Amino acid sequence: MANTILKTKDVKLKYGDFEALHGIDLSFNENEITALIGPSGCGKSTFLRCLNRMNDLIDGVTITGEFDYRGKDVYAEDYDIVELRKQIGMVFQQPNPFPMSIYDNVAYGLRVAGVRDKETLDEAVQTSLKQAAIWDEVKDKLDKSALALSGGQQQRVCIARALAVSPDIILLDEPTSALDPHSSRQIEATLLQLKEKYTIITVTHNLQQAARIADRTAFFLQGDLIEADDTKNIFMNPAHKETSDFITGRFG
Amino acid sequence: MDKIRESLLKPSRTSKLERRGKLISLVSLSSICLVVIAIFIFIAFRGLATFTSDHVSLVDFVTGTVWNPDVEVNGQPLVGALPMITGSFLITILATALALPFAIGTALMMTDITPKMGTKILQPVLELLVGIPSVVYGFVGLTVVVPFIRDVFGGSGFGILAGTFVLFVMVLPTVTSMTVDALRSVPKNYRSASLALGATRWQTIYKVVLRAATPGILTAIVFGMARAFGEALAVQMVVGNAALMPSSLVAPASTLTSVLTTGIGNTVLGTVQNDALWSLALILLLMSLTFNLVIHFIAKRGELKQ
Ligand SMILES: Nc1ncnc2c1ncn2[C@@H]1O[C@H](COP(=O)(O)OP(=O)(O)OP(=O)(O)O)[C@@H](O)[C@H]1O
Ligand SMILES: [Mg+2]
Repeated sequence: MANTILKTKDVKLKYGDFEALHGIDLSFNENEITALIGPSGCGKSTFLRCLNRMNDLIDGVTITGEFDYRGKDVYAEDYDIVELRKQIGMVFQQPNPFPMSIYDNVAYGLRVAGVRDKETLDEAVQTSLKQAAIWDEVKDKLDKSALALSGGQQQRVCIARALAVSPDIILLDEPTSALDPHSSRQIEATLLQLKEKYTIITVTHNLQQAARIADRTAFFLQGDLIEADDTKNIFMNPAHKETSDFITGRFG
Repeated sequence: MDKIRESLLKPSRTSKLERRGKLISLVSLSSICLVVIAIFIFIAFRGLATFTSDHVSLVDFVTGTVWNPDVEVNGQPLVGALPMITGSFLITILATALALPFAIGTALMMTDITPKMGTKILQPVLELLVGIPSVVYGFVGLTVVVPFIRDVFGGSGFGILAGTFVLFVMVLPTVTSMTVDALRSVPKNYRSASLALGATRWQTIYKVVLRAATPGILTAIVFGMARAFGEALAVQMVVGNAALMPSSLVAPASTLTSVLTTGIGNTVLGTVQNDALWSLALILLLMSLTFNLVIHFIAKRGELKQ
């Protein structure tokens, strides 16, 4: 049986007075891909951002509940957020490369962690760009601005940027929503390879994608977690009516 | 059918209004252009008279170190503008250089470090500072800065250093608020991307925010320099107004503007003395034109990078 690496209990989140999450209990297994699915606005991104404390940056957010990452409470007073974010990397819903060269974008995380050695950086940049299925497209223009790339290419550079620091867990918020089917498939293949080494949590609106790559799937609805189970069960044999309605496309 | 045809062929009320609006803005625009062009031509005409009708050589004017238009040597008035040119540039560069670290620090307080307190306290303070008339700054400089420099460095206290301090305070709010704008225009998601990669807040500010804001900050610097270069009254009150090459930062000196404001009322139009002042004004005009061009250039470069 797989190890639980990250576990949340009764997670509630408020944006000001608006409660966006109403008590989420969810656990994630090491070296597995977990997909978060659900209709737009149900709180998937919000929940994902809790896991590496990106919601801390938003004004007026209150978060309660337990987050146990490898035996430690992520929201404990003395928890080192910088360290946490090195361990739990993130790819955002909107591509957000820095206004720098492609190389500098991918090397950024290592550089801020103090890596100076040119060879190490070169190596990491190349490997990550290959893993993100964009190496062939950018290998001749690594010194060009990342902003000159298409949206889909930018997103893959952002994936490479997150991979370069070799995190423990990778959070992805609809990583393929801006990509063509071919690149999406490449990213999916990448994720399947990466789970040998990493734990992956991904939000997706593409149910086939969840079915293809996820070991476990969690279904969110209006700030509640309806059910989380092996992907096969969710798609073939859901325990709740809402889930089967969503899967069969009756809403959302 | 005919009605629709008619209404399509006849200009409607709104299109008439639109045409009238266009006409009004066109008239205003061209009159402003006309005024600006007229000022240019006038100053150029007057300023060049020194060289055309008074036969002063341009090189002597720009490199000469003695400014004494009343005295003629070999039939040539002594109009060496180098002391004022040096004074203007020194004060401008020193004041802006001194203001820059303060401006960036304050702006970061307002955007990234304590945005709430920053906008509540610093914003109104800045706006207040912008609104204070320059004669007040000059007066404070005269009664506080000059005696202070006199006590510390000796001498009269008047000079480049006093001018630098006064202009520092005067350009600080401009440079700061423009730096704030530059920092605010850096997209939020650059910051979140950096933090999500395990960068600290300082690393994020230093490596991403300031870098992305560089074109805007450069523009702020040039604006500050333009302001400093053109400021007349406050500088004139503390700089000492001695048209000599500044031998030290605390020796009385002068700037293009200070010589202009002190001299322009005491000369008669059409004389050499008057023409020489117009030449100084021409230099000022050309400099502010240069500053404007630099700002445009930076803005263009910044756009390309996006
Ligand atoms: N910064 C914010 N401030 C206030 N409310 C927010 C904020 N971000 C999200 N919300 C609200 O929280 C709820 C959940 O939003 P969230 O972005 O997590 O949804 P989502 O499941 O990711 O949707 P999508 O699939 O469209 O990305 C929504 O009702 C949204 O309006
Ligand atoms: Mg979302």
